[in-house]
Parts: sequence; structure tokens; C-alpha cells
Amino acid sequence: MEEKQVLFAGFGGQGVLSMGQFLTHAALSAGKHVSWVPSYGAEMRGGTANCLVTISDEEISSPITENPLMAVILNRPSLDKFENKIKPNGTLVINSSLVDREPRRDDLDVLKLPVNELADRLGNPRGANMILLGAYLEKTKVVEVEKALEYFDVIFKGKSEEVIRKNKEAFLAGVEYARQHW
Amino acid sequence: MEKVLMKGNEALAEGAIRAGCRAYFGYPITPSSEIAEYMARKYPKIGGVFLQAESELAAINMVYGAASTGARVMTASSGPGISLKQEGISFIAEAELPCVIVNISRGGPGLGGIQPAQSDYFQATRGGGHGDYHTMVLAPASVQDMMDFAMEGFELADKYRIPVMIMAEGTLGQMMEPIILRDPVTPGYEKPWATTGCKGRKPNVITTLHLPPEELEQRNRYLKSKYDLIKAREKRAETFMTEDAKLVLVAFGLMSRVAKRAVMEVRKRGIKAGLIRPITLWPFPDEHIVEAAENGAKLFLSLEINMGQMVEDIKLALNGRSRVEFYGRIGIIPNPEEIVGVVMQIAEREGL
Repeated sequence: MEEKQVLFAGFGGQGVLSMGQFLTHAALSAGKHVSWVPSYGAEMRGGTANCLVTISDEEISSPITENPLMAVILNRPSLDKFENKIKPNGTLVINSSLVDREPRRDDLDVLKLPVNELADRLGNPRGANMILLGAYLEKTKVVEVEKALEYFDVIFKGKSEEVIRKNKEAFLAGVEYARQHW
Repeated sequence: MEKVLMKGNEALAEGAIRAGCRAYFGYPITPSSEIAEYMARKYPKIGGVFLQAESELAAINMVYGAASTGARVMTASSGPGISLKQEGISFIAEAELPCVIVNISRGGPGLGGIQPAQSDYFQATRGGGHGDYHTMVLAPASVQDMMDFAMEGFELADKYRIPVMIMAEGTLGQMMEPIILRDPVTPGYEKPWATTGCKGRKPNVITTLHLPPEELEQRNRYLKSKYDLIKAREKRAETFMTEDAKLVLVAFGLMSRVAKRAVMEVRKRGIKAGLIRPITLWPFPDEHIVEAAENGAKLFLSLEINMGQMVEDIKLALNGRSRVEFYGRIGIIPNPEEIVGVVMQIAEREGL
């Protein structure tokens, strides 16, 4: 596998950084080389937040890129900011609950899901990011869904069983959505 | 071996703990604060001293005090905070007290911003405060380095009785990578000079005041000889594909990894490029630069997240042998694609 770089972007508070951390943990558990680079500082307070995850079978040379292969976009400002930066023929995953326009590029593989509605339906509005992550992994297989599930307890070490259960439920709802719609 | 995911700042703090550092004095500042937070969490459990001082000045003088007793001690800050510590660092250098000072760098001058930078290169490598002195400066490039260099930093500090600075871009402090946790070490250096209570022996005196002119000059000559010894023994750099390189990129810290990727890319396009990554910024690894020039490098390209401070050291090393150019950004770590563009442009112009 070449170095795959995934950008997660949205509002601060949407769980953007923790989504990236979850993927990083899962990929590490699956034996991959990984890095997680956050935007930091003033951007985190109410503004946009993003992080870049790099996954590779080899040692990662550069953990930084302007042009990720994939982007997981949670709000409109992030789409406006990052759409043009995704690599040609890359993948764009969009939270259609909060993004009110279509992507302009036609070379991207665009995957949409109404994350906030799905999370409300689950009665777990804070689980939106895990729904998105479940769907994303089911579709892209960057890390096998089964592997990610196996390592849930390790990744959420120290959290209460209730928190782990709710996150897993949201993650699986995302997996299910991807199976049915993508 | 099992790897764990850690933030750079946390890995550095954990490395210090594993090196036997049980005292931390600091004042928080983005993007270095996780180091203080980590110590504040860990020290109460293992019997260390974490103290948030009222200012950077207070913190560095607490480091002076703790180091005088022979304890392994650390402080961390960023740009403006490191400037505030300079008076204390000068005193520590003169008093020959071992300690580790961490600069998780941001852009400047002035308050600047909080985004990653290497703008404090001059400050770090030229001493930084008043008087005729140097600190050793290590530049990590990965989260593993953050842990390893913290441990190595304490060894070097004790070995040469010198303040060691670890300087890393803000991003390196904030990012996460899997690392191997190193085994803890027991500090093994005898410190007969330390002020540990003089019952049964003559008192040890730690001072930086040398009023008689002969004494002062003698003191400076002695420090110079120590710096010469460090220069002779401790220059460190990583070289990548420099053996046949016509164009050599020079970059340190996280920037060096971006440069390495760029070298791999331009090699695919037939450009004979290589990379030198200084690991010690002081002493600067000038022999590595000279060797690349002797192997046929016509041009050196210094890549920095500042306006070209390291260019001077590369030029001093080359002493006119080859040309030096510069490309840099501030507050942004350029990506490999950008560097590839710069290198290809130069290669075309130079017919490489």
C-alpha cells in the first residue's frame, strides 16, 4: 500500500480530531505505519478544525501533505477550503446534513451521508463522527472494519463501558449505511 | 516490540522521566504546554516535582537551583518564553550546570504566531543570551526522536556539564506517531561539584561571577576548550543519497522528512539530489556538508521554516566550495510537492 493520506475537517467540537485519532489507533493496531497531524491553536476554539492521518505499509517519510488522497468533510466551510486540494480521482466523504452544496469537481469519488440525522435517529447526537468513520472504513477498507471493531476496547481504554457501547453502535450504524447506500 | 501512540510533547516528557528527570519548572505557552501538563499529571504519582512558576524567568532560575544540586531537571517553552529565559540560560552555561531546555517553536519575532517555525535557529545556535557561550542543540524529526533526544539530552548535559536545548517545530510537539517506549535509565554521572550539603567536606561553590580579569579570561578559555571538545566529538547528521548527489538539500527537524520525500520523488525523475539532516544544530555538522561537496555537489539548497538562518552555517562549512541557495516558509511546513517544484526548477536552470 502506498502512503494514504486522509484529511478530516469540520467545526471544532464535531469530533474531527478524535475521528482521526481513532483511525490512527485502528491502523496502528492493524500493523500499519501511521501519523496524525492536527491543526492546533486558535483554530480549535469554535472555528474549523482538521487533522491529517497518514497510513502506510512502509515507514512514513512525510506526515504532511497539501494534497490528501481522501477527505472526510463535516461542514460547508471545510468543503470550500479543501475540495480543490484533494488528489485527482481521490475520495470525498461528505456530511450532507451540514453541507448544503454539491462538490464542483467531477473526478472525485463522492460519498454522501446525512450524519447528523442518522445520529439523532440513534438518539446519540455525539456519535455523528463515529457513524461517519464506520461508513468511511466500510467503503474504503483503509482499515478492515472487523479489525477496527476488534481494537475498540484498546482504543477506548479507560472509557466507561457505556461510552464504548454507544460509540460502537454509532460506528456500526455507519457501516450499515455504507453497505446499503454506497 | 509493541508501539504506543503518543503526541510529540508527551513523548518528550516521558523520555525525560525515563532519563531520571524528577524536576520540571515551567510556564505554559502554546504549542509546548502538553509537556507541562504531562509532568503535572505524572510527577505526583512518582515523587517528582512539578512547579508552574510565576514567569519564565522564575522557572529558568528554579532550573539553575535544582541543577546545582545535581538533579536532572528540565523546562520547556516556546519562542517568546525562551527569549525570557535567556538570562538564566547564560548563567547556567557559565555555572556549567547540566539541564535540558525545550523549545517547541513558533514563528516570530515578537509575539509572532503559534504556528510551527524554525525561527529561533540563531538564538539557539549562537548561545542566545549574553556572554561567550554555547548550548548544545538537538533537532528531533519524529515523535520517536522526541523521546530519544530527551533521554540523550540528559546524558550529554551531564557528560559535558552543559545546558542542552531540544528544538522542535510546533507541529512535532502536537502530532502523534507510534513509538517504542525506551527502557528507563539510571543517571550514572558522578557530580562531585554539586551542592548537596558539605558536612564532612569542603563546600562546593557554584558562581558565575569572575571579577579579576585573569580569572575571567581563564574561565572563557576553559569554556572554549570544552566547546572545542564537543565540536570534535558530538557533531551528528543523517545523510540520504548524498554519495552521487549534484544537488544537496539541507533541512532539519520535521522539515527534513518533507525534504527526504522530495528527494525520493525527484530521484524518480532522474535528478541526482540528496539530503543532509543536521541532528545537532550546535555543533553544526559541517564535515557532512564538506564531504557532500567533495563528492561533487555543485549546489546546496537550505530548506527552513524561517527566512534562511541556517544558510550561514552551510556557507561557513563550505567556505566557498559550492553555492548555497535557500527556500523557506514561515508558519507553514511546506509539503513535499512544493519542494519537488522548487528542486525541479533549480535542476532545470542548472542543467542537472
